[in-house]
Amino acid sequence: MILVYLENADEKLPKGALCTITAALQMKAHHGYGKVVGVVIGGKGVAPAAAEGAKYGLDEIVYLEGGEFENYLATPYCEALVQIAEELSATAVVGLASTRGKDLFPRVAQRLSAGQASDIIAVLPNKQFTRPMYAGNILADVEITTSRSVVTVRSTGFDPAPASSTSAPVRALTLSASATGGATFVSFDTVKSERPELSEAEIVVSGGRAMKSAENFQQLILPLADALGAAVGASRAAVDSGYAPNDWQVGQTGKVVAPSLYVAVGISGAIQHLAGMKDSKVIVAINKDAEAPIFEVADFGLVADLYEAVPQLTEAVKAVK
Amino acid sequence: MKIFVPIKRVPDYAVKVKISADGRSIQQDGIKWIVNPFDEIAVEEALRIKEAQAKSGGGEVEVVVVSVGAAAASEQLRTALAMGADRAILVVTDESIDSDTASRVLAELYKREQYTAVIMGKQSIDSDCNQTGQLLASILGIPQATFASKIVVNGDSADVTREVDGGLETIKVSLPAVITTDLRLNEPRYPSLPGIVKAKKKPLEEIPLASLGVESTPKVKIVKMALPTARKAGIKVGSVSELMEKLQNEAKVI
Repeated sequence: MILVYLENADEKLPKGALCTITAALQMKAHHGYGKVVGVVIGGKGVAPAAAEGAKYGLDEIVYLEGGEFENYLATPYCEALVQIAEELSATAVVGLASTRGKDLFPRVAQRLSAGQASDIIAVLPNKQFTRPMYAGNILADVEITTSRSVVTVRSTGFDPAPASSTSAPVRALTLSASATGGATFVSFDTVKSERPELSEAEIVVSGGRAMKSAENFQQLILPLADALGAAVGASRAAVDSGYAPNDWQVGQTGKVVAPSLYVAVGISGAIQHLAGMKDSKVIVAINKDAEAPIFEVADFGLVADLYEAVPQLTEAVKAVK
Repeated sequence: MKIFVPIKRVPDYAVKVKISADGRSIQQDGIKWIVNPFDEIAVEEALRIKEAQAKSGGGEVEVVVVSVGAAAASEQLRTALAMGADRAILVVTDESIDSDTASRVLAELYKREQYTAVIMGKQSIDSDCNQTGQLLASILGIPQATFASKIVVNGDSADVTREVDGGLETIKVSLPAVITTDLRLNEPRYPSLPGIVKAKKKPLEEIPLASLGVESTPKVKIVKMALPTARKAGIKVGSVSELMEKLQNEAKVI
């Protein structure tokens, strides 16, 4: 059977969990392995999330509730998944490539002596999967050679599972042993920003080296981003020059984004930057240099002096929003 | 105190990688190689801990950088030594190894000495697997704190702030632990000229992979590589108002 870990947000199952179900159901179709069983783990309020998960075409849902799962920590969650996988004789364990999934699944794989395919975007026959490497500049088909498989799923690669007409049985589980493993939770600070989170934003406005200073970056990029309700990004060149903080960096050494609209301002389009944004739905480039590589990927290119064009664009956006 | 810092030799992020004739690997000729940028952040962090301990009279900290890979990875280890690391160990292999093998090799090296902590990049920018640190922690049976944006060492534990979905989480881990680094942790220094000169004299031990007795059959193998579908260039617009018109009426994104 395939065990699929459904990452819940309190009593709900977010979109990422439903994308994970789709990948697991595709593995069932391609690789066999019998049933697909979902598992939800948490401190409290887990049963409603499990009941929610029962609607999406899985064969069964199990859930585990307990104080040690109140705040996520790798060791107790790993211990729980390994025990459940052993008890149910899972051949494959699947989860989301969220920061939690990335933290958790290699440990699960190590415990199960399984190979892990990270961040898959497609399920292929014969225990093969497609996954991006080199920040998406290469798509590799990889094969897991061990008898058991562990897979983490990139949510943008799979549609959320549609609700099914039938509901899977839901069952509560208890563990025979738990583990704490030398780590304790201290605190969680939710990011409180007026702007959306870079990797989840519908619109991203990024500035590059041509911004020439941190002041220009603040005075030109931020107002445009705020007018659009967008997150702010930056090229590595802008970050290295000190115009923008490192966590705004979009690219191979920064964040990979795929918004509906990506506006690249004064960015030439180095390979490392393109790798981080080329899957955006619509790309706009504003650059003085008509030969800049960014225009090769832009849907709409404007060859212009950004110091004139950006304030104009900001005003134009404000006028229609 | 002794810090174990695994680093990896990877193609420069400015290089456009090409697929080899075998269809399963990238062309290596003429590529510029660098220290994996996340590992560079790890080296920097270890050096900052070393410097802070020296300043506060907390005792000597030894920073040991290690790598698994081609003999040429000695260049990247020298870079780390030039930044200020104390010595280096290279496990040499011509094979392409997966995260699983890398983590088992690192575990063997780790067990040879007594370390206080492992600090390493959260992922390499070539294979992008994001597994080795977590695998190593699991093999060694020690805690992990991945995606660190702040590390505060307090005696036999460390408070690590982690960059996770939706915010910043702080956890306390007992030491030794594996800590993997994210972008916000620090900005790595450039090696200084005296640093580069000194690095040439620092010890760099080379060990053939075969002599470690670590099984290196990959658990995950690359079957085929392909380039993603290239994006078509769109159109050039003549003015901001034309751009707005296209975004509103054609692309319908504003």
